[in-house]
Amino acid sequence: MKIAVCVKRVPDSEARIKVGADGKAIDEAGVKFVLNPYDEYAVEEALKLKEAGGSGEVVIVCVGPEAAQETIRTALAMGADTGVLLKADKVGLDPLPVAKALAGELKDGGYDLVLLGKMAIDDSSHAVGPMVAELLGMQCVSAAAHLEMGEGGGKAEREIEGGVEVVEFGLPAVITADKGLNEPRYPALRGIMMAKKKPLEVKDAALESGGIEVVNLAPPAERKAGRIVGEGADAVPALIEALRNEAKVL
Amino acid sequence: MAGVIAVLEQRDGTLKRVSYEALTAARALADALGGEAHALVIGPAGIDAGDVGTYGADKVFVAADDALTLYQADQYAQIAAAQVGSDDYAAAIVPATALGKDLAPRIAAKLDCPFASDVTSVRHDGGVVVTRPVYAGKADYTLKVTATPCVVSLRPNAVMPVEAKRDATDEQAAAAESDRTAAKTLEIKQPDRAAQDVAEASVVVAGGRGLRDAESFKLIEDLAEAVGGAVGASRAVVDAGWRSHSEQVGQTGKVVSPNLYFAIGISGAIQHLAGIRTAKTIVAVNKDPDAPIFKVADYGIVGDLFEVVPRLTQEIKQAKEG
Ligand SMILES: Cc1cc2nc3c(=O)[nH]c(=O)nc-3n(C[C@H](O)[C@H](O)[C@H](O)COP(=O)(O)OP(=O)(O)OC[C@H]3O[C@@H](n4cnc5c(N)ncnc54)[C@H](O)[C@@H]3O)c2cc1C
Ligand SMILES: Nc1ncnc2c1ncn2[C@@H]1O[C@H](COP(=O)(O)O)[C@@H](O)[C@H]1O
Repeated sequence: MKIAVCVKRVPDSEARIKVGADGKAIDEAGVKFVLNPYDEYAVEEALKLKEAGGSGEVVIVCVGPEAAQETIRTALAMGADTGVLLKADKVGLDPLPVAKALAGELKDGGYDLVLLGKMAIDDSSHAVGPMVAELLGMQCVSAAAHLEMGEGGGKAEREIEGGVEVVEFGLPAVITADKGLNEPRYPALRGIMMAKKKPLEVKDAALESGGIEVVNLAPPAERKAGRIVGEGADAVPALIEALRNEAKVL
Repeated sequence: MAGVIAVLEQRDGTLKRVSYEALTAARALADALGGEAHALVIGPAGIDAGDVGTYGADKVFVAADDALTLYQADQYAQIAAAQVGSDDYAAAIVPATALGKDLAPRIAAKLDCPFASDVTSVRHDGGVVVTRPVYAGKADYTLKVTATPCVVSLRPNAVMPVEAKRDATDEQAAAAESDRTAAKTLEIKQPDRAAQDVAEASVVVAGGRGLRDAESFKLIEDLAEAVGGAVGASRAVVDAGWRSHSEQVGQTGKVVSPNLYFAIGISGAIQHLAGIRTAKTIVAVNKDPDAPIFKVADYGIVGDLFEVVPRLTQEIKQAKEG
């Protein structure tokens, strides 16, 4: 099986987010960047499928700045075979141009499966996977937390409100990974050494500008401090009174 | 005159609350633009979209077929894109649910138009302007859309449904090609109708490690039942296996915007707070007066949850009966 995994370079989930001087993007100084956590599930799934099939190829594709080579190397260290960086210094807030760049790269690659994360934890669009599928005319299941492959297709399960949706699909397909799909492996030292020698092609992404303009980026409005209505169970009537008559939510 | 279309969501033939939220947002944006608000309903044969006019739709397009009872992504996307593309709409508003998060980007890709995901507000200010929380709630983008139409998905509970009576007319929606090979949704497993989803509920009662064990979550369930809310959980208790991941609130769980959020025995770690920032009223019960949760709570009780919560449940029940 030939599998592509699209990965994004994102600020670590524990990074402190500070708005930059222009008020339109984050201040990247001192921010640690990582492989998007949901993409780790996608990489892991690709590796498992290749191992189970006994043969195949796992190609990592990323749209991002020069520094995203490091992100691709992380996936190569986990065990992927080759990488492609579609270089773009600025990736905008509209997910469609990114999806188009990825689809353009994947179109003639002969892939059986394209895996992505369900969302990037920076802009949280939850969009690039289904968009890539539409652009490539491939079947797609997003936010899969369970995947079973069979002859020429498979079955995926995705969590929805109050239940689990079971979806049957045929190959080639685009699947986006949710937490629970698997336990991503850590790159071993040997993997890290080998990754340095694996092929990584760099070319220009030629991103379209997209139809979304940033007006500003701001820290969230502070919640105004509330009050302690009392101590222990005896404070319950005062709380109910406040919820009913002050907040009007009961 | 440019209008706005809301793509509604149903389950088992009944429109969900998020549908009225999307419609309310569509009505307000249409009013600002001086255009009409339309609605698109995709669902089983005989689906009743009767009260859609009550929430401000001037026109309702209906695609009703038993093959569309469950979310069939390919067909839903074909229908929705054809409908959104059929008129001069400024925007299509889709609820940012599990269904909408899959459907909305497909519509944008088919129509080659801009997309803004999981917004908490949509308005008109020389164009369509949205607010989008990003970095797990650590910052908010204000974005302006520069092309039409655009697709936005709206976070559940971000907009309160408001009635706005219109004489909605029903019309036939665009159709999908039925013979395409496509992925097929077979079923919804474990549909637990009693349990509401934390992301959609207007009241959430969440419990943390202060509960001490899985069995004690009965206290949380009882309070949730008394207030008609959903059960939520901190990551600590999900990792401990006391509750399922589907209930986790926070940066790596769900982001919630209920009217009322109870944090019971939850310390208020930054990653938990990221998920409740847009809750309207937060109540905290914690025995530690210095717990960070009290810094964001509107109302707090310092005390032992094992004493406070049963009393709270009992008095809320009594108040409701009385
Ligand atoms: C990358 C990352 C992502 C994360 N994502 C999330 C996330 O999505 N959601 C999330 O919740 N956490 C998340 N966390 C974990 C988070 O940092 C905290 O560890 C977690 O929220 C703590 O859960 P807790 O409040 O239940 O437990 P604790 O912090 O142990 O707090 C328990 C609280 O209960 C109180 N208590 C104890 N006994 C009683 C009693 N009898 N009566 C009243 N109060 C009592 C204590 O005073 C204490 O404040 C994440 C962490 C990381 C590193
Ligand atoms: N710049 C990018 N390069 C490669 N893949 C991406 C990029 N942005 C998003 N993706 C993929 O699309 C998924 C969903 O991202 P998003 O739609 O931005 O939330 C991510 O988990 C990645 O797998």
